[in-house]
Amino acid sequence: MNALALFDPAAAVADARIASAWAALREVEDPEIPAVSLVDLGVIRFVTAQSDGSLEVGLSPTYTGCPATEVIQAMVERALAGAGVGEFRVVRVIAPAWSSDWITPDGRRKLAEYGIVPPDHSSSSLRDLRPGCRPVACPRCHSTHTETVSEFGSTPCKALLRCRECLEPFEYFKCI
Amino acid sequence: MSAAMRVRDDDLFRYILRLGDLSLVLGQRLGEWVGHSPALEEDLGLANIALDLIGQARLLLGYAGEIEGRGRDEDQLAFLREHGEYLNPTLAEQPNGDFGRTIVRQVLIDAFQLELYEWLAGSTDLRLAAIAAKAVKETRYHLRYSGGWLVRLGDGTEESRTRVSSALERLWSLTAELFAEDEVDRAMADRGIAPRLADVQKAWNARIDALLAEATLERPPDRPYQWFGKQGAHSEHLGYMLVEMQYMQRTYPGARW
Repeated sequence: MNALALFDPAAAVADARIASAWAALREVEDPEIPAVSLVDLGVIRFVTAQSDGSLEVGLSPTYTGCPATEVIQAMVERALAGAGVGEFRVVRVIAPAWSSDWITPDGRRKLAEYGIVPPDHSSSSLRDLRPGCRPVACPRCHSTHTETVSEFGSTPCKALLRCRECLEPFEYFKCI
Repeated sequence: MSAAMRVRDDDLFRYILRLGDLSLVLGQRLGEWVGHSPALEEDLGLANIALDLIGQARLLLGYAGEIEGRGRDEDQLAFLREHGEYLNPTLAEQPNGDFGRTIVRQVLIDAFQLELYEWLAGSTDLRLAAIAAKAVKETRYHLRYSGGWLVRLGDGTEESRTRVSSALERLWSLTAELFAEDEVDRAMADRGIAPRLADVQKAWNARIDALLAEATLERPPDRPYQWFGKQGAHSEHLGYMLVEMQYMQRTYPGARW
């Protein structure tokens, strides 16, 4: 087998551009939770090379009304322009719908270190309205004796909880 | 009207507008609570639900504008239509009243949207299916919030119970419109785009009955009365709401952030 015959220079260039786009995107912090990157959050769905030579970047909003979505798109465009990946366009992707299950293991660790309890895995049943049975552990003292103060928090993606042992309030990343 | 002026798919256009207007009008109403809620947590909760609803409305109205094909975008549809062109069911535009009445209105509509979106996520219209699959996750969370409050208020103090009971009594007659099928609904169901409203009603009844039982509240009797907001004939309340919502665009046409 002749390796040279299989080498496609155009594809290799495209691959390199895609790799630098991902590298640039990994550096973009979420505007409201700077501890994690957009890649960690799973909102960057794909980077692909198009037939016209441009890159297409798929961006999924976490919530339809999340006010940070426009800021995020602007940040993505700035990062890609700065990384010199050539022509690109950012498209909004709503299907499949973003799920908190898409947060990477690295992202979960960073959230926890930042003091936000990462989401449980989302329920497979859409008819299940009750919060997960698994108690959420306090990020400070790790007690599972916690209570929900509010289903909604300071951003659309978080809920507000309180530890009943150490009385510390803390945030929980909503699981959807 | 010339052929070019006719909307390409008027039934679909009207159907998507109904869905979008329901979210937009309810979102605007919830937004009125910001800074006035009984507690900070509820201020956050109602504002977050309002945000989701307005996000859904943006997707739906944007799609409606494309179907219409006259160059109207989501903002033009939201801010430059007259009240008779709004196609939300009348229940959505009802004033907030007290917190209990807002919660009752929310439960009734959340449960409706949940049943609807669950079905629409499998619609033959793939764009609508994608929007619904996104919205259903948010709506499930909304009902968890509003349903939780209905139970606490209904099975709560004498005062809270009296208030939600009277809100339920007051708003119940407006729910008939949600399930009143007209030619648009029939056309959508025939094409596999939307569910039969009778099926939605059955599922809604089961969900609402279970919630009312948990809240120890009585289901009010159905009365032979129907509103026609879906066809553009609204209660007096919508006009006042739109005056406030559309003020900025009417006063400074084309103003942007």
